[in-house]
Amino acid sequence: MPVLELKVNGNDCQVLVEHTTSLLEVLREKLMILSPKMGCNTGDCGACSVILDGMLVHSCITPAMVASGKEVITLEGISASGELHPLQKAFQDNHATQCGFCTPGMIMAAKALLDENPKPTEPQIKKALSGNLCRCTGYKKIVESVMAASADNPASGS
Amino acid sequence: MALEVVGKRALKYDGMSHITGQSRYVDDILIPGTLTVKAFRSPVHKGRMKSIDTSKAENMPGVAGVITYRDVPHNAYGMEPDQPVLVEKDIRYKGEPIAAVAAINEKVAYAALDRIVVDIEEEEPVFDPLKAMEPDAPKVRPEGNVYMFGSEPFKKVYIGDIDEGFRKADHIIEETYFYPDMEHSALETQVSLAVPEAMGKLTIYTVSQARNFHLGMLAGILKLGGDALQCECINEWSGKTRSSWRGKTGMNRVRLEGYAVGGGFGGKNELHADHITALLALKTARPCKWRWTREEELLYSTHRGPWYVTIKDGVMNDGRIIARYVKSIHDGGAYIGFNAYAAGKFSYFVNGPYYVPNLRCEGYCVFTNKPVASTMRGFAVAPGTFAVEVQMHKIAEKLGMDPWELRFKNAILKGDQLVTRQVMKDPSLVETMQALAKRAGVTLPDHLMRMTSESNQRI
Repeated sequence: MPVLELKVNGNDCQVLVEHTTSLLEVLREKLMILSPKMGCNTGDCGACSVILDGMLVHSCITPAMVASGKEVITLEGISASGELHPLQKAFQDNHATQCGFCTPGMIMAAKALLDENPKPTEPQIKKALSGNLCRCTGYKKIVESVMAASADNPASGS
Repeated sequence: MALEVVGKRALKYDGMSHITGQSRYVDDILIPGTLTVKAFRSPVHKGRMKSIDTSKAENMPGVAGVITYRDVPHNAYGMEPDQPVLVEKDIRYKGEPIAAVAAINEKVAYAALDRIVVDIEEEEPVFDPLKAMEPDAPKVRPEGNVYMFGSEPFKKVYIGDIDEGFRKADHIIEETYFYPDMEHSALETQVSLAVPEAMGKLTIYTVSQARNFHLGMLAGILKLGGDALQCECINEWSGKTRSSWRGKTGMNRVRLEGYAVGGGFGGKNELHADHITALLALKTARPCKWRWTREEELLYSTHRGPWYVTIKDGVMNDGRIIARYVKSIHDGGAYIGFNAYAAGKFSYFVNGPYYVPNLRCEGYCVFTNKPVASTMRGFAVAPGTFAVEVQMHKIAEKLGMDPWELRFKNAILKGDQLVTRQVMKDPSLVETMQALAKRAGVTLPDHLMRMTSESNQRI
């Protein structure tokens, strides 16, 4: 069984994995990082979204070995300093959570967008979140939250 | 009086744990040594199971336990207990659980399923509820394909005399509407974790939306002994005794822990996984977790059943509906579940927000060889509302009348009686439509804007 070395939310980790193990299984079952969820296991729903070396991926269909030597950021890692990330604050203030199951993936998808494009337009936000399903169908408030967070984002310069 | 909460913005109580990823769902509970559960499901829509051999699966390394109907203490559950936990003989829908395996991991569990040998005599299924109602249709159930409400094959709710109403009416307008089935497909699939505890007790971590209801069902299935629950419930819709609730023992031996639910929408109101994980946990004395795949969720979980709704209206030239006959056919799938209740609920609500002095509704509940239908958002009400509102447009079209005008003309006003004999004390359709028109940018004529529900002055 190969040893996978990766960095998760700033911590160096070593785990034994099989070649068929997905990144989601490593995060949830080996490292007990539980915010990424398994919704479909086919890369369709986005509940497992994490950021891998700056790129948004569906961790359920990403083989764990792909993350070798790379850094993974999950929802747990974006408020590590103890302060809420502007996106988290916006999701709370704008009531963008319902059952909460899509929220971790949704915030990570939004973060990947804002990291790339700090002041996106509404169509750009919708496109960026198109890989993330919310079956409570609370999309409007989610999009509003990302708008609010982008305006608040210090990186946006506004 | 100063209002402290009403009108104020409040933060969602569980929002903080959602946005920080701290909310815990059943699948997030990780207990070392937990076995993975997978089910052997029926490959056919209808048939008779002649034999089942699980020995090859049981003897596989890594398999801790296999269960079939022989392992179920009381193999029937439901509102009126008609549904087996695991098939004993009759298979009534494709995907119906026949056996279940608990193994050290998913791979072994799937491999064990491949070693289960069943001999099934396939029979001709019926899927269309209209065909299922025909006398020579294949029988989904031995007692017939139409649920009996007492001595009648439909739930009957009526007021006044529709025949008299139809005679007096200037127009008869009859249409049939179809409301398709739908799958909730919550992001979190059905998940259950059953953990054996000391003293023969069991903790089940559940996604249930109906925890106390399921506790009763589980106690009925598991028969764990202990204190009897002195309770006898008569099913108010069918008049039949709900025997699964009678003198039930062992409810104090099952602890059903509700967790954060990753979307329900009515899709987690029926037992899906808890009974099977519980049986395997008892058999293997190890924690057992079953997480349905998305495919299982879409194909085999409960869904909103389809409805055919026929509405025949007797309408006057001025737009008043004076008689209405509604026949609804609800496709409930293979078992009763909530379906008989749904047919009743449909009948009570099909009156809608309109005053119809002569109304008769016959709500049929039909069995087909499909997974069981169940609750979903406004269940049994939405199909009726859809049909009634489209019908209102058809009437307006036929009379050449504005649909708003027609709705105001038939709106329930204070003192009107519904089909259920309920006299309306504080209806608000008129005011709601006035507010709605404003928001939609529709200018209604003065005589409609002046109307109130209170005055009981029909226009």
